[in-house]
Amino acid sequence: MKLLARPFFWLIVAATLVYAALPFWGQNVTLRETLVLSAIYVILATNLNLMIGYTGYVNFGSIVFFGLGGYLTLWLVADHRWGLYPAVLVAGAVTSLLAFLLGIGVLRLRGAYFALATIGINEAVKDFVANFDPWGGAEGIFLPFTAFKAMGGPGKALWTVYLLIVLVMGLSLLVAYLVKRSKFGLGLFAIREDEDAAVVLGVRAPLYKTLAYSLSAFLPAVAGGLYFFKNGSVVPDEAFNLHLSIEAIVMVMLGGQGTVTGAAVGAALYERLRGLLLTIQGLSNFHLVIAGALLLLIILFAPGGLMGWLYRVWPRLRRVLE
Amino acid sequence: MPEILASVLDGLLIGLVYGLAAIGLTLIFGVMDVVNLAHGAIIALGMFAVYLLFGAGLHPYLGLFVVALLGLAFGVVVYLIAVRPILNAPPLMTLLSTFSVSMIIIGVGTAVWSTSPYNVNFPVTTLKILGYTVTSARLVAALAAVLVTGFLYYFLYRTTLGKAVRAVANNREAAELMGIPSQQILAISFGIGTALAMLSGALIATLFPFTILSGGVYELKSFVASVLGGLGNPTGALLGGVILGLIEGSVAPFIKISWTNVIEFAIFVLILLTFPTGLFGGRR
Repeated sequence: MKLLARPFFWLIVAATLVYAALPFWGQNVTLRETLVLSAIYVILATNLNLMIGYTGYVNFGSIVFFGLGGYLTLWLVADHRWGLYPAVLVAGAVTSLLAFLLGIGVLRLRGAYFALATIGINEAVKDFVANFDPWGGAEGIFLPFTAFKAMGGPGKALWTVYLLIVLVMGLSLLVAYLVKRSKFGLGLFAIREDEDAAVVLGVRAPLYKTLAYSLSAFLPAVAGGLYFFKNGSVVPDEAFNLHLSIEAIVMVMLGGQGTVTGAAVGAALYERLRGLLLTIQGLSNFHLVIAGALLLLIILFAPGGLMGWLYRVWPRLRRVLE
Repeated sequence: MPEILASVLDGLLIGLVYGLAAIGLTLIFGVMDVVNLAHGAIIALGMFAVYLLFGAGLHPYLGLFVVALLGLAFGVVVYLIAVRPILNAPPLMTLLSTFSVSMIIIGVGTAVWSTSPYNVNFPVTTLKILGYTVTSARLVAALAAVLVTGFLYYFLYRTTLGKAVRAVANNREAAELMGIPSQQILAISFGIGTALAMLSGALIATLFPFTILSGGVYELKSFVASVLGGLGNPTGALLGGVILGLIEGSVAPFIKISWTNVIEFAIFVLILLTFPTGLFGGRR
């Protein structure tokens, strides 16, 4: 596939550049913080989509990768004086490897059993970390101030980390796109439609889905490392927040599962919506209710999400958007 | 040694209540293959229901009957709105729709009661049994759990409606061919599952302080208990709950209480991997 000739590739590049450039306009820190959250949501939703949308396995505990990445990174940086770059890469690789080993086991389960197991994994890891003294137990890990000094002081470090998070977002979109257009992706979609039939037709289902699970762990773990480095601390309840994991599913559903654009747009929209609901007076108490009602409405009336609706109204879009 | 035995006894009693919560979850899964992710929120609703009834002057144990009826009605409503339209969709859909119900309940609950702790403050006596001291509240809670389970079994095996529930669980199409109105049976089953969850919440509220978010812990315990016993198997769920309680009781004297969750979830994942149909064999 000639990547450079594909309009969608340039769409990804453009979206990444817009995210990267926007907050530099007048050094807008508020906008930067909003966009960090938006980019993190896009990363989580896009990678989760590899499992839910492509492979058809509902991972309810995808946030465990994000949290583990954060913990490994901060542990390496704070306790072992590593630089940020090697730390996030190692954290991503280790998390991905763990996901691969875990995947060999849990991916033998299907449907509701798999979903329950992923919840169990996240809760088990959270409770384990909360009791694990080398990682600070329930108090978590705090970064020493010197960690920022290596990157030219906290002010500069935060901008660098912002750009890195946006880069990870761009990479997530690219990976999701490349996987979708590859033979590997075709195998995953076959598993989603009918796993038994796919196996009969020669798709190596156990290997494929384990690889997908492992792949969906890498970039979220890197993002977790960057995000918690930016925060300067990591605690179990924030790192392994099951709620965020399920919100990521809402984002994927909102945009349309199985589509690259859908997951990303769903995530960005959800972030805006959440921000609006939290700031409107009198509604802030009800943001959970509204998000829940929205999810229910999507499931009942528009299970294809935003992209499903767009494709129906304007079928030609299928040629451009993935 | 006596302390350990007392702790194990405590664990056994609370385990029966866990078991009751797990039966609510497992019954719904057994009948319609739906994992009810609103389970925890519904347990919390049970806690607040008994709290409100107590505030209105009703003794908590009399309040249980009202809570059960409320649960039945609420469950039917939830079923009609959030489950029935997507019953034949992929499992993701029912997981998400029940989760959205959970978000709505928790959201409304947080707005009304905030997340600060409440408790049902009624006189409790302590009893001596074989030399061990237990509180009457714990004993009554365990007893109530056993009675409700017994009643459920009587219902499922001795009444026409209960037999219809089992028939629909076994094979919905065949049951329909025999003239069983499966939609009504499914609604009633969801209602019963919800009522059991609210009852267990109400019983827990007589033992410990609670918040609107407390249900989450018991939801996860229900998952563990019902998977231990095999999803869809009520007896297994009760036994799973008892096993959980016994584990908690027997390790409590030796390690920090926060490690029990790690042990439980590790067991949960291991059981799913090794015996996905539970310790006690096949489904149902």
